[in-house]
Amino acid sequence: MIVDTAREIADEKIVPRRAELDEKNEFPTDILQDMARADLFGIFVPEQYGGFGGGCFEIVLALEQLARGCVGVATSYAASALGIFPVLIAGSEQMKEKYLPDIAAGRKWAAFGLTEANAGSDASGVQTTAVLDGDEWVLNGTKQWITNGGESQIYSIIAITDPSKGARGASIFIVEDGDPGFSYGKKENKMGIRASATRELIMNDCRIPGDRLVGRQGTGFITVMKTLDVSRPGIASLGVGLAQAALDEAVTYAKQRIQFGKPIISFQAVQHMLADMAIQLEAARALVYAASRHIDNNPRNMSKASSMCKVFATDMAMKVTTDAVQVLGGYGYMKEYPVEKMMRDAKILQIYEGTNQIQRNVVGQELNREYTI
Amino acid sequence: MNIIVCIKQVPDTKDVRLDPKTNTMAREGVSSIMNPFDRHALEEAVRIKEEAGGTVTAISMGPPQAEAVLREAISCGADDGVLISDRAFAGADTWATSYTLARAVSSLGNFDLVLCGKQAIDGDTAQVGPGLACQLDRPYVTCVQKIRSLADGEMIVERMMDDGYDVVRLPLPALLTVVKNINEPRVPSLRGKMKAKKAEIKVLTAADIGAEKQCIGLAGSPTQVVSVFTPPPRGNRTVFTGTVEEQIGQLVERLKAYL
Repeated sequence: MIVDTAREIADEKIVPRRAELDEKNEFPTDILQDMARADLFGIFVPEQYGGFGGGCFEIVLALEQLARGCVGVATSYAASALGIFPVLIAGSEQMKEKYLPDIAAGRKWAAFGLTEANAGSDASGVQTTAVLDGDEWVLNGTKQWITNGGESQIYSIIAITDPSKGARGASIFIVEDGDPGFSYGKKENKMGIRASATRELIMNDCRIPGDRLVGRQGTGFITVMKTLDVSRPGIASLGVGLAQAALDEAVTYAKQRIQFGKPIISFQAVQHMLADMAIQLEAARALVYAASRHIDNNPRNMSKASSMCKVFATDMAMKVTTDAVQVLGGYGYMKEYPVEKMMRDAKILQIYEGTNQIQRNVVGQELNREYTI
Repeated sequence: MNIIVCIKQVPDTKDVRLDPKTNTMAREGVSSIMNPFDRHALEEAVRIKEEAGGTVTAISMGPPQAEAVLREAISCGADDGVLISDRAFAGADTWATSYTLARAVSSLGNFDLVLCGKQAIDGDTAQVGPGLACQLDRPYVTCVQKIRSLADGEMIVERMMDDGYDVVRLPLPALLTVVKNINEPRVPSLRGKMKAKKAEIKVLTAADIGAEKQCIGLAGSPTQVVSVFTPPPRGNRTVFTGTVEEQIGQLVERLKAYL
């Protein structure tokens, strides 16, 4: 049911608009509203807050179909889930009651504010600070490349509350659109996923009520890591959906394109490329589904499975979209066909939510920990 | 505001084949969809309900499998689905269909508005909407592209024309048929789909709606299809050449021969 609904959104609402949104660098507000009307924002929210109580696997299913339409649009949806995960994971009952019903109904969207100019792969380099003043928190700092920045109403912001404690001195806060001292900076002009909004968040003596602290003070990084463990399979599934779309285009084209008097799919050189694309895609899909189900069982350690599927599926998406452009040849390089956009969109999947190099670090460290001699 | 939406299940036109022997449409193994214009009628009804309150009842006359489009209608926001189904309805043309739908609508109680798609994509007649309004003895407007206002027992609508649109005021209860640019239909919601799965679809037979035998089905249909055939190719074609003036001269000469 989730798959059908997300697929219908992709086919009816996203595909007809994706080239235009890409060209104009335009945020798909109305498409997100369509998704909200179709209840898609509720799938990962527990039932008592108006959602459907789904988990990582359900998000993966939805994102895969949305990404078949456009990774930029799907990213905007995924980023909202990412932004509210800290509340789901560590928020108080009061906080959940305040924010989750609006998220489930799609009345409000969220965003996740971790990255800064000097804190990318090294998340511990966060310099944004939060200081308690009376019963209010005062935040100062600038977040960079924040997906849904300026479009969302709810922001999870990672800030340092105790600089002497390093990673244990970080906490997460909810900042709302319109809070005093909170503003938006430069909107980025990106290579791909151009339908998604990527923007700076500026906190200049931004004052928020004391109850906006998510979980306990100093637990920020633990929550961030848990959030990313749950969200990474979503990025992996964007890769699966995108690669499926690229394969669909490539096979359809190869059956129609005549060279040397025959459809090019009859040539072994093309057939083998398509076969490799399909094989890699199915392997990635199986891994992503397995990893997300594993995560939904709430195992003690989910980082390895989460990182593995993110690396494999997004590297696969880069390869498959590149090959799809190759199968379409000169036409593939032109904007009249959708595969060049797919190739541009694929690249970010290897970079955001932890570069694929960082993911390999995680897998390697876990292996080192698991094998005791 | 109680709204009734008339919905027809039609063959998916992406998938149409003709039976080579009878020249009629092969319905076996062809997937069925909700008539696309009816999706817009339904969407408009649901929007009115969301704005002004009330109920939306989707009705369809058809074989038992037409229940599927009524469930789809519920998933898109209709409150109820009513299937008008009886073997006696088989073979109905637009006249008998209008009569049958009118009997069904009357048996459902009071309504404020009936919405239909402009036409069905299989028959393409665009007659059932107006026919139903006449049978109900209520005013109607076809090809509505916008409802401007709807209050105090009357409505003002825009009727799409070839060269613009007419603005029409009409009293309620009334019937409208809508064109595609009236709205952008929503994708069925997850909650709607769950509701649709569980919904009970009421079935009304000829007896339930008090239809008279001679007015329904083949017996009640003044239109009878005698045969369906592909017209033979026309005669030889002539292509005129030369300047435009010369070509016109040649055409005029040729036409004179027929005077």
